[in-house]
Amino acid sequence: MIGLLQNLVDAANLGSLYALAALGVGLLFGILRLVNFAHGDFISIGAYALIVPSFEVTAQLFIGTWNWSLMIPTVMLIVVIVALISDALVFQPLRRASAPTLMIASFAVSYVIQNGILMIYGARPKAANLWSGLDKPILLGELRVPLLQVITIVVTLALMAALTLFLKRTRYGVMMRAAAEDFRMAQYLGVNGNFVIGLAFAISGILATAVSLLYLSQTGTLSPTMGVPLALFAFVAVVIGGMGSLLGAVVGGFLVGFVVIMLQAYLPEELRVFRDAFAFTFVILILLVRPTGIVRTRAFIERV
Amino acid sequence: MLEVNDIHVSYGRLRALKGVSLSVREGEIVCLIGPNGAGKSTTLAAIAGGVAPHRGSIALAGAPLAGLRPEQIAKLGVSLVPEGRHVFGTLTVAENLRVATYMRKDRAAIAGDYDRVLSLFPRLRERIGSPGNRLSGGEQQMLVIARALLTRPRLLLVDEPSLGLAPKIVDQVYEILLAARQSDGLTLLINEQSSHRILKHADRIYVIRSGHIQLHDTAANLRDGEAIKRAYFGFGEDAAAADATDDAEEDAA
Repeated sequence: MIGLLQNLVDAANLGSLYALAALGVGLLFGILRLVNFAHGDFISIGAYALIVPSFEVTAQLFIGTWNWSLMIPTVMLIVVIVALISDALVFQPLRRASAPTLMIASFAVSYVIQNGILMIYGARPKAANLWSGLDKPILLGELRVPLLQVITIVVTLALMAALTLFLKRTRYGVMMRAAAEDFRMAQYLGVNGNFVIGLAFAISGILATAVSLLYLSQTGTLSPTMGVPLALFAFVAVVIGGMGSLLGAVVGGFLVGFVVIMLQAYLPEELRVFRDAFAFTFVILILLVRPTGIVRTRAFIERV
Repeated sequence: MLEVNDIHVSYGRLRALKGVSLSVREGEIVCLIGPNGAGKSTTLAAIAGGVAPHRGSIALAGAPLAGLRPEQIAKLGVSLVPEGRHVFGTLTVAENLRVATYMRKDRAAIAGDYDRVLSLFPRLRERIGSPGNRLSGGEQQMLVIARALLTRPRLLLVDEPSLGLAPKIVDQVYEILLAARQSDGLTLLINEQSSHRILKHADRIYVIRSGHIQLHDTAANLRDGEAIKRAYFGFGEDAAAADATDDAEEDAA
């Protein structure tokens, strides 16, 4: 019983990270029909922004030593700037391009960022200690929950609530929802297309930063491709959740986290190395049952 | 106020407009009629900036619109009600209407306009909190017209307002368009597939077929409908001649 509860907390923790990453991916897909493979690299940048550029194996924190109230906005600013620059240089000239063209362009952005990190910080993984005080467990009866996991879950829920409020209650949020539904019609009504897309990139960057910080503080390791697996699972989450639906992205993220943790916990030991293969089999099963994803949206219906 | 001069538009290899020219004067109601696929929607989309002509020019009050994005053209006072309605389905009626006001600088006037538009469409006031995709076809048509009026346009482009609506609703839609024209000093350019309703209201009529303007005259001169029929179906000598040059051009391409 305690084992199961422990696993459920782990699943909520991992699901939170996937859901946050999936929201960043889903937001851009909704507005731009862009499947942004560079999202994982936005996550990597958020983590690397904390340390002093060097080829050393042990990372020396720079921005990472600042007080959190200054550090978090600074890192967010850096990631948002990178996201906005990639929009201005790569995606803006491709506004009338097809969705596959945009996706391929995002691969290019991804490689450029990864190689940029390689040139500045070196290829070897680095150890970095962010918020090391937070790994103390909280005891709930017999249940031991690391404080960091609680923070991860709470931060994720808070960000989701903030994003929902933004989208429902503010004029820019309403603009974004209108543009996500029918971009051209929104433009005909005077909504500035480039502004809305820029806003989506910025929010996507903020969500990526949250993933960077939470993920790094849990794993303590940096590598130039650290964001790639997170982004990969985020895509899976977006697809099974229902392309174009933010709610779907969140549901998909938590579901994928849950499946991965449960497989990790309950697969026989000798099969555990194939955990991801089982996870993706599960994804295929979901898509066989619900090809449009868990939450149906217009974006998909239109394509059929 | 609007001058469209010899515009050509292609979608890939399909040539949708092969040199369309038309003009609309301040305060007029001009109607563009033609069969399905004639290029009516493309003409309106080109004026609103949704598609870019590769030849020809469009000018609003003397200022060229070439290279402007749709939202910039909207800010100049051109509003398009596209075919197929394009309601934002997950947004409420109120949100759909609000989207149209965000570009406006005259904040003070917006609340008044919002009230006025809702009194033109009492049905929308009743459904103010419903998501757009729950509305009936007629209600959606009213919503997109109300939304377009809230951008405070000088020139309203309406693409097939009667498509898929019951005749009674269509009458209502026209009544409202005419009322809005009176109160806002609107200029209207309306696309329709059939001419019978529009002959009553329009000042001038253009007939378009396979990407060419086939006929242009005042509604008064076209009242008997014969000339329109000939141009529409391509029975006239002019139309046949245009078709012949078309085929020749296509062969050359």
